Amino acid sequence: MRVIYQKELMTTTPQLRPLHEEQTNAVEMRDIVLRFPGVLANDHVNFTLRRGEIHALLGENGAGKSTLMNILAGLYKPETGTIRINGEHAVLNSPRDAISRGVGMVHQHFMLVPTHTVTENILLGLDDPGFVMRLPRYDQKVAELADKYGLKVQPTAKIWQLSVGEQQRVEILKTLYRGAQILILDEPTAVLAPQEIQELMETLRLMVREGKSIVFISHKLNEVKQVADRLTVLRKGKVTADGINLEDVNKETLAELMVGRKVIFQLSKKPHTPGEVVLDVQNVSALNNRGLPALKNISFRLRQGEILGIAGIAGNGQSELAEVITGLRPCQGRILVNCTDVANQPPKRAIDQGTAHIPEDRTGVGTAPGMALTGNMIMKTYDRAPISQKWRISYTAAREFASNLKEKYDIQAPSLSTQVNKLSGGNLQKVILAREISGGPKLIVAVQPTRGLDVGAIEGIQNLLLEQRDNDSAVLLISEELDELLDLSDRIAVIYEGELVGEFPAEEADLKTIGLMMTGELRRQE
Amino acid sequence: MSLEIILRSGLSTGTILLFAAIGEILTELAGIQNLGVEGMMLLGAMAAFKTALATGSPWLGLLAGIAAGGLLSLAHALVTIHFQADQVVSGLSLTFLGTGLALVLGEGLTGQNAPLISNATIPLLSKIPWLGRIFFADLNILVYIGYLLIPISWWYINKTRPGMHLRAVGEKPAAADSLGINVYGVRYLYTFVGGCLAGLAGAAISIAISPGWYSNLTTSGQGWIAVALVIFAQWNPLRAALGGYLFGMLRRFMLDLQGPMLLFGLRNPFFYNHNLVFFLQMMPFVLTIIALVWGSASARRLRIGAPAALGIPYVRGERG
Repeated sequence: MRVIYQKELMTTTPQLRPLHEEQTNAVEMRDIVLRFPGVLANDHVNFTLRRGEIHALLGENGAGKSTLMNILAGLYKPETGTIRINGEHAVLNSPRDAISRGVGMVHQHFMLVPTHTVTENILLGLDDPGFVMRLPRYDQKVAELADKYGLKVQPTAKIWQLSVGEQQRVEILKTLYRGAQILILDEPTAVLAPQEIQELMETLRLMVREGKSIVFISHKLNEVKQVADRLTVLRKGKVTADGINLEDVNKETLAELMVGRKVIFQLSKKPHTPGEVVLDVQNVSALNNRGLPALKNISFRLRQGEILGIAGIAGNGQSELAEVITGLRPCQGRILVNCTDVANQPPKRAIDQGTAHIPEDRTGVGTAPGMALTGNMIMKTYDRAPISQKWRISYTAAREFASNLKEKYDIQAPSLSTQVNKLSGGNLQKVILAREISGGPKLIVAVQPTRGLDVGAIEGIQNLLLEQRDNDSAVLLISEELDELLDLSDRIAVIYEGELVGEFPAEEADLKTIGLMMTGELRRQE
Repeated sequence: MSLEIILRSGLSTGTILLFAAIGEILTELAGIQNLGVEGMMLLGAMAAFKTALATGSPWLGLLAGIAAGGLLSLAHALVTIHFQADQVVSGLSLTFLGTGLALVLGEGLTGQNAPLISNATIPLLSKIPWLGRIFFADLNILVYIGYLLIPISWWYINKTRPGMHLRAVGEKPAAADSLGINVYGVRYLYTFVGGCLAGLAGAAISIAISPGWYSNLTTSGQGWIAVALVIFAQWNPLRAALGGYLFGMLRRFMLDLQGPMLLFGLRNPFFYNHNLVFFLQMMPFVLTIIALVWGSASARRLRIGAPAALGIPYVRGERG
């Protein structure tokens, strides 16, 4: 299938090219090769960006998208290959070289100094403010630029005071201030609420109208279809589709180009009647790590065989909610799991009541990254027979247990003694799920279970969660992916600034209302 | 034991801490922790004394002290920036290295008299009633240089472009790097500057403020107090100066306590029982610990912390 596709491309694209090549190509990368220890990150990659287009760069995690764009931004040097920017041969030894040629990149993990102001971040590394900086003058310039592109942000605010969406605007302003004509956005929508995504799209269209060219890195198919003109797909460092028009492909084909096999988008969600109440959260309040209120008088119930989705923008109390239920954070109020109060009790109490926790932080909380597969698998069962034999741990039993799970959950790992930090994100998450689900939990608290995973892995993990629901587990699903919540949940509640501001059955939920609630603009009185 | 003497003495001995602490602040703002301040100070003190003795010029001595501290700090820079070794281990080793070098090279200097940097009186300012007599009359020239260093370093860190680059490198080196700032270069530079200032602090002891070479008693742990002072000062030169002078005054006060036979009309225990003097000598370090605990608690409240990348080697493109 893939081979045929590439043949098609070879015959169609060259016909277009000779007419426009000299005037229109903002960037041409040819035969780019870059190796990281053990990985061929870019394997003879070609990439062409036309002037005035939004070009999507699509691929799974680790496909080499960010690497390719980091080369264009001057952060990495390719081993072989040539780069032409605006028709001129370009050697990019440092980010400075790329900036001077009009290339600006907004990284996935923002490159902002949290303790500096917006203006300071924008001016960082520039020659223009002389030795002595007179910031107020530049605050003015930044405000004007922000106005022009509809990127609302306060120039004198410190970065740590800003929301993620605002921080992204600062990143975009940073590149615009440097006069970037070619803008690279690395997974820009991953952190945004639906309204913010719409605003971002508006800004991008405005910039394209001005003749700027944009590379939009993503692994979300819907988004790409919405915003991009053309796209390039990478898989395992190789180009599987080179600059094709978006009209020519459908979502299924794209997914196949990314993953290398067919992906089923339909989840097998069957109607299911909820049973008894498993989790009863009563008037719970808690503080965050800074000592500020993170949860304010939250109450809800969750039944057997039901998935309750918690929607919200990161930092509105989701992590704290998961932590109070699993015993990792002190709180006020009562949390009943199977009628036993687990609030302010050691995590063991919740575990004994059949709570499974799929934490947000997979390597910090979910696993001991330096330990082998076996050790991580038995973390919940090590104190029970057959693995525990009085004061001794039977490694024979442990290995057997781990080996069964590895097979059952299809975890791709060289061996049981592989350290889990050597696994891919999807397989690491499967290790956690296998450990947590294998005990037949009554309650599953899953926080961002598919974040950062690729299409194939997401499909597997979502199906596992649905399977648990059908086995009469109660699932609390905390996610920032609205599509995921809509697909999986039976009910959806929205959390904003530590309060549940609305709740709907999943069939009645619509994206717009939820989006408004997530940003605090709408609140349903109960 | 008069207030005036304690204040003046505090300004003098505080200047030593001030130089070392501001140096360490600059180094740490770039993301490098150098625990070798004590070693760099001692080496600086030795080099300054020996050079002043040999050349007859205290100013050449001062330069030698600065250079010695700076050169030694480059060893730390090389090991931690280039080879990305652990900064705590390297800094501690630097103290041993500096102390050892200073003791070997300083053999036979004890009891000699080197030419010293003299005291001076500032013409107009010393005429201010009371304050002039305390702050601007008959103090060592280095004390006045210390006065100037405080606002200049604060202004440099907070209001200039290189200062902004310095803070960015210590807070988020990846951001600085992505905008074309040479992270390694900046870290080398300020590790070196910090070393130079530690060397200056050492020189200020041996050829200016409490002159002489008394092997490792010359610095007597002041380098460690300077390191603690940086945390207490929350990486702010103004607070470092305040803390430095305060510690200087306390040291003088502890000394003065041992002098008189009567204290507040009572028998002075420190005069009659020499074993109790050890408690007094312990006090600066006890106070350092108290100041640290108090300082870090208030820093947490005000959300002022160490530079975020302090102690973390920077490797471009490493996935976090």
